[in-house]
Amino acid sequence: MKDMLDIIVNIFPYAIAFTVPLLITALGGLYSERSGVVNIGLEGLMVVGFFAGAVTIKALEVAIPNFSIVIGLVVGTVAGVIFSLLHAFASINLRADQVISGTAINMLAGALTVFLARTITGSGNIGIRLGIVRWDVPLLSKIPVIGPLFFSNTYYTTWIVLIIWGLSWFLLYKTSFGLRLRACGEHPHAAASAGVNVIRMRYIGVMFSGGLAGLGGAVMIATYAGEFNGTVAGLGFLALAALIFGQWKPLGILGAAFFFGFARTIANASQVIPQFESFPPLVLKIFPYVVTLIALVLFSKSSKAPKASGQPFDLSGK
Amino acid sequence: MEYIVEMLGIRKEFPGVLANDDVTVRLKKGEILALLGENGAGKSTLMSILFGLFHMDKGKIKVRGKEVTIHNPNDANDLGIGMVHQHFQLVQTFTVTENIIMGVEDGFVLDRKKAGKKIKELSVQYGLNINPDEKIEDISVGMQQRVEILKMLYRNAEVLIFDEPTAVLTPQEIHELMGIMKNLLKEGKSIILITHKLKEIKEIADRCTVIRRGKVIGTVEVEGTSTQQMADMMVGREVSFTVDKEDREAGDVVLEIDDLSVLNNRKTMGLKNFSLNVKRGEIMGIAGVEGNGQTELVEAITGLRKVESGSVRILGRDIAKDSIRKRNEAGIAHIPEDRQKFGLVMDYSLSENFALKSYYQKPYSKNGLLNQEVMDNHADKIIKDFDVRAGRGSKSPAYALSGGNQQKAILGREIDLDTDLLIAVQPTRGLDVGAIEYIHKRLVEQRDAGKAVLLVSLELDEILDLSDRIAVVNSGELIDLVVNNDDIDENDIGLMMAGVKRGEQQ
Amino acid sequence: MKKDYTGIVKSLGAVLLGLIAGAILMVAIGANPFKGFFFLFRGGIQSIERFGNVFAIATTLILTGLSVAFAFRTGLFNIGAAGQMLIGGLCATVVGLSFDSLPRIILLLFMFVAALLGGAIWGIIPGLLKARFNVHEVVATIMMNWIAYWVVYYTIGNYFTAGLETESATLPAVAQLRLPWLTKLLNGSYLNLGIVISVLAVIVIKFILDRTTLGYELKAVGFNRHAARYAGIKVNRSIIMSMMIAGGLAGLAGLTYYTGYSTNIQIGILPNQGFDGIAVALLGATSPWGVFFSASFFGLLHAGKGFMSANTGIPPQISDTIIAIIIYFTATSLFIEKLWKKFKAGRAEKKKISTGGDEQ
Repeated sequence: MKDMLDIIVNIFPYAIAFTVPLLITALGGLYSERSGVVNIGLEGLMVVGFFAGAVTIKALEVAIPNFSIVIGLVVGTVAGVIFSLLHAFASINLRADQVISGTAINMLAGALTVFLARTITGSGNIGIRLGIVRWDVPLLSKIPVIGPLFFSNTYYTTWIVLIIWGLSWFLLYKTSFGLRLRACGEHPHAAASAGVNVIRMRYIGVMFSGGLAGLGGAVMIATYAGEFNGTVAGLGFLALAALIFGQWKPLGILGAAFFFGFARTIANASQVIPQFESFPPLVLKIFPYVVTLIALVLFSKSSKAPKASGQPFDLSGK
Repeated sequence: MEYIVEMLGIRKEFPGVLANDDVTVRLKKGEILALLGENGAGKSTLMSILFGLFHMDKGKIKVRGKEVTIHNPNDANDLGIGMVHQHFQLVQTFTVTENIIMGVEDGFVLDRKKAGKKIKELSVQYGLNINPDEKIEDISVGMQQRVEILKMLYRNAEVLIFDEPTAVLTPQEIHELMGIMKNLLKEGKSIILITHKLKEIKEIADRCTVIRRGKVIGTVEVEGTSTQQMADMMVGREVSFTVDKEDREAGDVVLEIDDLSVLNNRKTMGLKNFSLNVKRGEIMGIAGVEGNGQTELVEAITGLRKVESGSVRILGRDIAKDSIRKRNEAGIAHIPEDRQKFGLVMDYSLSENFALKSYYQKPYSKNGLLNQEVMDNHADKIIKDFDVRAGRGSKSPAYALSGGNQQKAILGREIDLDTDLLIAVQPTRGLDVGAIEYIHKRLVEQRDAGKAVLLVSLELDEILDLSDRIAVVNSGELIDLVVNNDDIDENDIGLMMAGVKRGEQQ
Repeated sequence: MKKDYTGIVKSLGAVLLGLIAGAILMVAIGANPFKGFFFLFRGGIQSIERFGNVFAIATTLILTGLSVAFAFRTGLFNIGAAGQMLIGGLCATVVGLSFDSLPRIILLLFMFVAALLGGAIWGIIPGLLKARFNVHEVVATIMMNWIAYWVVYYTIGNYFTAGLETESATLPAVAQLRLPWLTKLLNGSYLNLGIVISVLAVIVIKFILDRTTLGYELKAVGFNRHAARYAGIKVNRSIIMSMMIAGGLAGLAGLTYYTGYSTNIQIGILPNQGFDGIAVALLGATSPWGVFFSASFFGLLHAGKGFMSANTGIPPQISDTIIAIIIYFTATSLFIEKLWKKFKAGRAEKKKISTGGDEQ
């Protein structure tokens, strides 16, 4: 039993590290979809943040070692916002098919970042020397059981992300901004008749998704990735699945992201955990994806998706 | 200053259509002005301009004597102008309070309690019963309309625009609405009522401006003008209010529905223990306010909705468990309620659309291969027989046709199937009078030829004009079944539509 | 009549804009765009071998493009072509390595069927999930891609590597789609039997879409599934059928790639051709011959990128970037349409002025 606990304590930080980018990206997707724009391009936006963060940190880590990472996180976020404007413009102003536009973003991000990376380092991989140093929360990490589990060996980005998550919940449900945003995703004409600028709201929603996904990518390089290699290995799509699994609610997304984070970690750490040695590695590796499919089956039927999500808003109608 | 709102020389063009052509409309303070016109005449467009949803190409708007520009609904609200839309602009998952305050919230952080109190006070003041904390998806249609009215009052509207407010109400709810409007006048408001219902105008409006094809025909004092005169102005020629119909003996039963129960989209009973039959050579009209089970009834017969219990027999055979295709083959033709959603594949050509229910049969196809020539010939025949106007004949894509021609195309396809049962749902919705007359003629023709016709319509006049027998539905139940002869009074039917059975009427 | 041109104009416009964007990128990294494009396009046509390679690369793209285009016609977004390709290639390779004692024609036939079935099964699963459970096919097919990735990783890795670490054993000549006389004729080009398969697929798919009742049903479902249901068409069955065919096509793409262009499977890679298929389908306006031409264009871009990279130092990813930008512009074709309309209006205006027409 103690072994089990030890193992859990050991893998917990990894699981959390894996969960955090997933959570923040899914949260970004929430903003976009709640405003009425489907954003499949989360994967590409993460790659953009991943790349921008890596480049920034690498460029600054010698000169300003203490702040290079924070700046890298900010740059990653901003890069995500800017890149998302492509999707916003296409989907909102030009009323393009949002799934195609999102796919174009993914392809463009993947190709462009490797293209640029290659001009910087011939191989296209950008490695940084030092990521965030892990840290025990004073006092809280001393609490038995919970302390070692949640409050030791943490990255500060985890706390930043959780704070953003909390603020988001407040923003969406307790403020006029949130009310209007959600109206744009459920019934944009009603919002328009009430004087809400739907176009502007949707731009904000998409830009939030870009920023948060970019942050997610930047968090990856700062915490566990260590090196930009051109892809986030499907994490952006996993975030999309977490969004559906979480039924478009902040609390649900938190749970879904944790679940996926743990599933992935178990798959990767299977060699370390003796109990799992008997499972063929294939099963462990495909476990998160299969579970996602099952989750989708269970949750897609009674979909609580924002009603107007994915439909272009056309004021000049009848 | 007599006029509170003046719209002068308004011009608004959309691609291909001149919606408002030099339109001038004036509203006096404290009056109810009716805007009368057929569907597509331009009334909604005009009011959308007043409310800031559209921008006019040319013209002037004056409010309280001063010229103003209205860029968006916020500007309109600031000027005291509010609009109750025909299709409610309400977010289903939000509460009444959230819908009302959206856009005019008091500050960044929401205070639902405070707003709820104010809303409750307003509702009492104007006699509009409402519970601020209920979700829109849980309240009735009549209540939802009151939420729309409260939205305007919350924003201190003085000019209220009502866009076809009675389309979704029972005769009793319409009467209540009339009372509410009179109340509003007493409190100093002025009202513009967009409608095409002559009777309502006679009941409540002071003056009436008639619009036809984007132009103002004239403005009359309602008291001194008859409905016939108003109708003629609306349409441009003498309108015949009745349809030529000979009396016929009905034949044997084609459609027999027995104890049918069906769920609606909210997972409650949309149709309860419903029984009905339709015979050869008769038109059975289903009368009722929208949302009382008519849709569920038609879908249960055609196979678009599952039957929970009961039976549906065509010529004696129970089809309640058959697939849609099998039911079509059993002899059902269906002119659907929403022609663009169900009746046609807009991106397909007319040839392909006319083959929609027969493409898999000989001679339209053989061994899985389509015979284009047969399909084209068939299409040409229907186009000719039913006067469908289409630029490129059978090759025209469906989206290129006007609404009237699309409906004629569907009518043609379904009648050409030569089935025993023809179901027509809202067959003349959104059409001009010429198209309406044509379609009514063809429906009576089918009945004379011995078909059984099931007519579902929200326009009571259409039901009274065409039906041999009338079944009235309310809340999913059959309230009564009457023979349509001279003894039938529209008011009786109205009461039935509201759920009051004949014996109970006062 | 004008309708017919608009599609082509939109595609050509997107290509043009993509190339311009590519030129801007080249300038941004300090390279000469003229030199860059010169080498990029020349790379594909400068020798008979290279020319053959253009179509060898196009072969796989035609099939993945058809896969995505076909699914599109039914209103489905098949992002799973990469996974279906992997599974199809896996099945073909396994058959090829295990039954190499069979006569060539029989063996190739088996491999063909295996790839077709493998891809079809991999396509049916998300199709079923969508039809019965309303699971969005985008996320479902992405998951299937990764599951395929690992299935190949461990299946090949554990049973078929014959000593190599990250790739399968090379297929014996009898199991390859390569034709020795063709290879020799084209001076070593990778062009193989696959091109015949892909062209045949284009013809068959076009036939299905235009002339058969199945095509009629699938298109109806894609255009308006409510009307399709009203007409008695079984929508769920159409969705499943469509994904099955789309999966089968992508499976064949795997056959042509892993046993024709290449002669073994490398593990640990999700084939890009799966995603390029989306670009091909969109650029080709989801019509079968459109797919053929846009796949050939992409083949040209890919065939030349190595040559360009060697001669100018521009990273070969420029091709992928240009392709992605082209896709972005096809999605936003409204933009191009507006420009086109303005252009036409401008010409009409000029004509008026030159013939002394109305005043403004």
